[in-house]
Amino acid sequence: MLVLFAALLIWSALSLLKVFPESVFPSPLAVAKGFVEEASNGRLVDDLVASLFRVTTGFALSVFSGVPVGLWLGRHARARAAFLPAINFFRNLSPLAWIPFAILWFGIGDLPTIFLIFMAAFFPIVIATIAAVANIPSVYFRVAHDYGFSNNEILTRVTLPAIAPQVITALRVTAGLAWLVVVAAEMIAGRAGLGFAVWDARNGLRMDLLVCGMIVIGVIGVVIDRVLLQLTKISSVRWGYER
Amino acid sequence: MKDKALFVEDASLSFDAIAVFQHLSLEIFRSEFVAVVGPSGCGKTTLLNLFSRFIRPSQGKIGCDGRVRMVYQHDSLFPWQTVAENIALGLRQLKDQAERRRQLDDLLRLINLEKFCDHYPHQLSGGMRQRVELARALAGDTDILLLDEPFSSLDYLTRLRMRNELARMLAQRPRTVVLVTHDIEEAAQLADRIVVLSARPARICCELKMDLPRPRELTHPQVVDTTHRILAELGLEHEESLAIPVV
Repeated sequence: MLVLFAALLIWSALSLLKVFPESVFPSPLAVAKGFVEEASNGRLVDDLVASLFRVTTGFALSVFSGVPVGLWLGRHARARAAFLPAINFFRNLSPLAWIPFAILWFGIGDLPTIFLIFMAAFFPIVIATIAAVANIPSVYFRVAHDYGFSNNEILTRVTLPAIAPQVITALRVTAGLAWLVVVAAEMIAGRAGLGFAVWDARNGLRMDLLVCGMIVIGVIGVVIDRVLLQLTKISSVRWGYER
Repeated sequence: MKDKALFVEDASLSFDAIAVFQHLSLEIFRSEFVAVVGPSGCGKTTLLNLFSRFIRPSQGKIGCDGRVRMVYQHDSLFPWQTVAENIALGLRQLKDQAERRRQLDDLLRLINLEKFCDHYPHQLSGGMRQRVELARALAGDTDILLLDEPFSSLDYLTRLRMRNELARMLAQRPRTVVLVTHDIEEAAQLADRIVVLSARPARICCELKMDLPRPRELTHPQVVDTTHRILAELGLEHEESLAIPVV
């Protein structure tokens, strides 16, 4: 809190001393006014909803496809050897490189952005799940065998709880990544959303609105991480962070 | 003739070119406590894996009469489950919820961890975790316990306490036990019969009988004498030292 206050003070001082011209360095007051303007005309909420919808859809698609793929590859060494090079290739490819194709294939709007978020989040989730599965101590499977677990029980009562802490950490990292990508993707392939708002402000030379957009993006990023952090507090996954 | 609970008969086992056992035969009788000691890497754990049918011998026969449970060398409690949930795994075959709850409470009392039933394994000390592992293995209608160096990760004093704990638990819930250990004192303090294995390919060097009731004092002359004999069999002490009178 103190750091935040100090940052605000420095920002005010820099703007009062006119270190940079006001047209390129808006004051906190101008940004606050911009915030009220954006909030009252409803644009901020619309942009926020558009971005959150895209990031939630793209991220959910990545999780619900990436975790099962990771589980399967984690348990099948030959399939893993076959697919891992391709997964690593795509993981290292910046999702922004897909923007031209995203626009050509899906046009402008929600779909290309969701596609880009999926491309950003899917591969890291697969890799993290594979690593988590490979790290499960084999003794847990022996115990499951000793106590007569069915295949289904081995999945739901051994594999999934055993990988949960590592996967949750991966989800926090990839959710941050997805949020970065949504903003970048909307700047080019969007007609609404916080990224589009920032880009629009830049085009209209409204630096106050641009900073306002930046602050909202940062705050939402922190909020998303805080929400996912709650998953680490579930009693049956705390062992992964406490021991 | 006593009832056989477990046996290997003329069993041989090789991993690639390495022969672990050649023509090994061993019988374990019902309610007997057998400790298997031997040099590191001689195949002690592999012998337990044969008994639990986790691996099959290249040739020979394995027999087992009863429900087998194994306690492993390293933490094998599910860390995402509480103490009570882990122990309840051993009671899975019980359909009656009330009966399961009653038996679970009995087991928690047996290991003196009633107050820790909702704790997770990482919140317990090493000795407590091992007690939970034993309770899980003792739960239900287990006949045979295979213990694979269950106390090896504990400090010396906790290990001494755990030996008495195990003796106490077995007095209340008698089982056929095969204990694999590198701790010779542990074998002498707990077992009715100690099987000393040679280096690979393992053969039985000797079998020592103990008829002292459990729990046994570590310094009891018979325990000390047996410890000497095992060490001599393993070539770690000279036979003459056996002649030194125990004061």
